[in-house]
Amino acid sequence: MSTLTGASAADELPGPDGKRPLEGDRASTGRLGDRLFGGAATLSGVIVIAIVSLIAVFLIVQAVPALMDNDANFFTSRVWAPGGEQPAFGILEFLWTTISASTIAMFIAVPVGVAVALFLTQYAPTWMRKPAAGLVDLLAAVPSIVYGLWGLVTFGPFFKPVQAWMEGALGWFPLFSSTGISGGTIFFIGIVLSIMVLPIVTALSREVFDQTPVTHKEGALALGATQWEMIRTAVLPFGRPGVISAAMLALGRALGETIAVTFLVSALSDGTAWTWSLFNGGETFASKIANNAAEFSNPSKTGAYIAAGLVLFLLTFVVNSIARVVIERRKAFTE
Amino acid sequence: MSIATDRRPDDAIVPDDAVTPPGGRPGRDALAEMRSPHRARAVKDVVARIVMWGAFALAMVPLVWILWTVIGKGAHMLTTATWWTGNQRNINSDDFGGGARHAIEGTLEMVGLTALIAVPIGILTAVYLVEYGRGRLAKAISFTVDILSGVPSIVAALFIYAVWVTTLGIGRSGFAASLALVLLMIPVVVRSTEEMLKLVPNELREASYALGVPKWVTVVKVVLRTAFSGIVTGVLLGIARVMGETAPLLILAPYTKNFQRDLFSGNFPTLPMMINQDRGDFALETAAERMWGAALTLIILVLLLNLIGRVIAHYGSVKK
Repeated sequence: MSTLTGASAADELPGPDGKRPLEGDRASTGRLGDRLFGGAATLSGVIVIAIVSLIAVFLIVQAVPALMDNDANFFTSRVWAPGGEQPAFGILEFLWTTISASTIAMFIAVPVGVAVALFLTQYAPTWMRKPAAGLVDLLAAVPSIVYGLWGLVTFGPFFKPVQAWMEGALGWFPLFSSTGISGGTIFFIGIVLSIMVLPIVTALSREVFDQTPVTHKEGALALGATQWEMIRTAVLPFGRPGVISAAMLALGRALGETIAVTFLVSALSDGTAWTWSLFNGGETFASKIANNAAEFSNPSKTGAYIAAGLVLFLLTFVVNSIARVVIERRKAFTE
Repeated sequence: MSIATDRRPDDAIVPDDAVTPPGGRPGRDALAEMRSPHRARAVKDVVARIVMWGAFALAMVPLVWILWTVIGKGAHMLTTATWWTGNQRNINSDDFGGGARHAIEGTLEMVGLTALIAVPIGILTAVYLVEYGRGRLAKAISFTVDILSGVPSIVAALFIYAVWVTTLGIGRSGFAASLALVLLMIPVVVRSTEEMLKLVPNELREASYALGVPKWVTVVKVVLRTAFSGIVTGVLLGIARVMGETAPLLILAPYTKNFQRDLFSGNFPTLPMMINQDRGDFALETAAERMWGAALTLIILVLLLNLIGRVIAHYGSVKK
């Protein structure tokens, strides 16, 4: 593996006794210190694997009994009444809210984030690049609870008239029809999420755009391309896998974002009619769990929330794995 | 003649005298038609430039807006003396003031303990990935670090709840929340340390081996020492990330208004939970002030860590 800086040509040679020294640790001398330190490093790595496996195992083990007792269909039901004699709960509403809010966030954050990354790598004057990138990173440093407060107290009231206008102008389209809910709608949460994940998109895209080979860029310019045409034909195609994985990582973050969403959602009362409108309320997985942390009183009730958490874990797992695969394929391609 | 040097290829078929028509000469419309692809490209280029600048300006709007709001509404709380010395005991949501010292101390203590657990595991894992690991185990570890970095904080909290409270039967406490934060901090430390270790030139390792130094001493005294400032930066950024996490606290560490330094039993005060507490009554001016004050305090702590991290990275980075 060429990326391994600890590797040395001597690693491949046999030791004095004709055998290779310690397996997987060929530059080490086999002394006690080496064994201990190498062992500790390996152990730490194994701990990380163990943690991730245990997360899956524990969530599954504690979710299964609750799921067995569940009277409703877990995936297609919209009721949420865990605990009691006849527990019935389904995740359809959370699934819809979580995915639609995150999708809106992606629709905003990916184009804007990529444009900001292009600005930082191609357009901004050189003196401005570092401080400007620092400012975008600052957006990532703001704790999510502060986004929650800002959305609740400042941005929320500001957005209400915008939403009212959209409902008036676009209300004929089912996604934008009015539901009578003015604050904490899916659409609004999507916008706040898009601001929170924008730095993730920008940081990763910036990294890949910076790596565009100068020869590609100069080649395009030499053929008479304008700067934008150069970006379209050289920078963007080169950076595409990086942008895709950045979008996936951002999506993973948006799906699991908890506290800001918890502050902002307007929960629906039981039995609210189903609507496709993005101006509807509704809890996400994370906010439902966080809002009911005080309710973890008996195992079957807790189990229902853990089952919801398990679905969220699987969702983020899949999304992050896709991001990882895209990056790996790119590495294999460029190296 | 100087015009010819910067002329685009698509102009070439237009005769010279037609490029600068002196007046309403016939055939001007046809000329504009011929030139329009070039014009359209130039326009597109300008539009793209405007869009990129606009996107950056757009991204700055929420940043400025948020900081403006938090500073504007919370700064005056931080200038009162009791804010840094007192706690919230016996202060109801409609009472003015009170201190945040209990929450500041609690947050620092909690993230301190978190770092104490997460940093060794994170650094050793990175050492394994860069210095030792090859083959399947290294790939598996690298993959799980990625997965762990994508685990939502609420899921980490649920996991600790499932282990700590449901299975082991130990109550909620500050320590349980610390454990959840450990899960969130490990991947940050691993990834940043890994990057730094990869920057250490291989010649340093080879020189050390050539002197007969055992591998583990080489790693500790040459590799880790060379990458030290970068690792510190990564750790500080990791701490900054978990400091503002609220979801694990919500599930694992109930808030108290009193001074409380014992992480192992009972409720525990932290800044995010203090914000959460006053959020419930934010319609009241008194509670809202405290909420913004605590938010500003939290932002200052987080930004301070970021700033220190960046300064260390700037002055002590591995020179290529």
